[in-house]
Amino acid sequence: MNDARSLNDTANGTANGTAVAAVAARLRDLRRRQRMRSLLVTLTLGILAATLFVADLAFGHEIYPIGDILKVLGGEFVPGLSFTIGELRLPRVVVGLLAGFAFGVAGVSFQQMLRNTMASPDIIGITAGANLTAVFAIIVLGWSGPSLSAAAVVGGILTALLTVRLAWRGTFSTGRLILMGIGVAAALNAATSWILVRGDQWNIQQASRWLTGSLASSDWSDVPALVAVTVLAAVPLIALARQVDVMRFGDPMARGLGVRVESVQMTVIVLSVLLLSTATASSGPISFVSFLSGPLAMWLNGPHRPAIVQSGLVGSCIVLAADIVAQHIPPTQLPVGVVTSIIAGPILILLIIRLSRKQVLA
Amino acid sequence: MTGHSPQPPTSHTLAARHVTLAYERREIVHDLDLDITPGTVGAIIGANGCGKSTLLKALARLLTPTHGAVTLDGKAINTMPTRKVATIVGLLPQSPMAPEGITIADLVSRGRHPYQGMLGSWSDEDDRAVAHALEVTGLADLADRPVDEVSGGQRQRAWIALALAQQTDILLLDEPTTYLDIAYQLEVLDLLSELNATEHTTIVMVLHDLNQAARYTDWILAVKDGRQAYFGTPDEVISERMVAEVFDTDARIIADPDTGLPLMLPGTRHSLARLRGDSHGEHAQTATNHDDNLL
Repeated sequence: MNDARSLNDTANGTANGTAVAAVAARLRDLRRRQRMRSLLVTLTLGILAATLFVADLAFGHEIYPIGDILKVLGGEFVPGLSFTIGELRLPRVVVGLLAGFAFGVAGVSFQQMLRNTMASPDIIGITAGANLTAVFAIIVLGWSGPSLSAAAVVGGILTALLTVRLAWRGTFSTGRLILMGIGVAAALNAATSWILVRGDQWNIQQASRWLTGSLASSDWSDVPALVAVTVLAAVPLIALARQVDVMRFGDPMARGLGVRVESVQMTVIVLSVLLLSTATASSGPISFVSFLSGPLAMWLNGPHRPAIVQSGLVGSCIVLAADIVAQHIPPTQLPVGVVTSIIAGPILILLIIRLSRKQVLA
Repeated sequence: MTGHSPQPPTSHTLAARHVTLAYERREIVHDLDLDITPGTVGAIIGANGCGKSTLLKALARLLTPTHGAVTLDGKAINTMPTRKVATIVGLLPQSPMAPEGITIADLVSRGRHPYQGMLGSWSDEDDRAVAHALEVTGLADLADRPVDEVSGGQRQRAWIALALAQQTDILLLDEPTTYLDIAYQLEVLDLLSELNATEHTTIVMVLHDLNQAARYTDWILAVKDGRQAYFGTPDEVISERMVAEVFDTDARIIADPDTGLPLMLPGTRHSLARLRGDSHGEHAQTATNHDDNLL
């Protein structure tokens, strides 16, 4: 038997250096190919996001030439254009780009760390928490603007704390966290509906627009906090990718390899929730972007590493593309969240079918 | 690895000192001591739920004792930097998980995690360690195959290769032969003994099969209800009394005709009773009767 022979060779101390060197060379080659693929995927997604960014600026009520748009972006004053682009469209598109990135990074970090596609923060109730406090702020308190955003962030963080507390039994269980999260989400959504039923007409309209996720009301006031949080939270999450990667092999394996599992889990949860809540606060909960970006990025990038940056870029592309579609394809403008929901529905079903099939086979 | 030059025996010593282990409030292991002699192969045996896996987890610093301490080179292992420990003590847990679609090379590469800095720069040394682990486990040709597409035996060898790539002096394995057919079981155990013989790696494993424990180890710790029941060489530990006490079952122990090591024949009374047609038949005097134990 071939295997037996190679084992005997080793026993005799003859696991020869040339064979090992040849294997090492092949490993280097395999790794180089993985790196090339990652680089190609990242560049392509970056270019796609940039293209969608400019396209989303160009296609508004009127369609402007790309050359003029690039001039405005470059800081030049173009009569008639600088205001429309600079003050109306640019903040909307910047918020779309950043929120999409934040959704994507937060989603994939959760999914990879918890080893489950369903463990995306929008499925396990964190978005539902942000929604509840936002709707409460709109309808009961009559808030808007930055205070409304702050309310959504606080709601998201409190919900994450509650869910983690409920699921915590000295250590983490992904299954318990997902089930608790789905339960918490259901309860919070019920509370949101109850507030909506009791609100008056005008506020309800504003609240439901917020709930579907919309970039229509974004302005420059949303941008500074979003930029700051996206940078401050996404950078450490990208740096933690290697620890998260090892945690995909199960907690005992990760601990054995020297990963401080609890502190990585807590850090990833806090940073992701901060990202997600801040993005949700500026754009509304654009449905399913955090859920979808991770699997798409992993599929493009390959399974060997958690594709954190790539997932962020996929998130940006989804939000920007959905925004273009939402504004132009249907006869009336739709909130961007409606479009992402329409895309996500069939993918969610496919994913669940695939998951259940695998469980049947296993 | 360069041929036959004798290597110095490993100097790292792992020990349990009056270790009490509990999940939540439930105490699993009570006041247990274990000194692991460097360079030996040992097995922890016992009935399901007796605390043997829990003890292994504590030895691998996955669980902090409520009383007592697990020490590595005399220092409490839980107070040492965990990444440093990961270069000395390796662990193969009972049911590790592989991310979907990952290749064998990717899986084995994770053994190098403790050696990489924050930036994760990969060195030639890392490549050599992974290549050596693949070569030794006979997986070099399967390096780029997805883990979910290879056989159970190959997958288990891949996990062992991961532990080998970690290049630790001490290797802890929780039921490394479970779910494998007999040929793969022996292959895995042979691989581990060869690792012990060539690299002087100290090996401690939780095993279910007493005959395998007898054949492949220098020492055996039998655990009953979270306490040490028997400890010693296979000859000292594997006895009819031990099997009756620790596993609450009848067995006959004879000398293995090839090796002279104790060999357990389970369920003998029942089989004899069936042969004789009576239900309380006493079996004949056994060939070897190891009643001496260290308690």
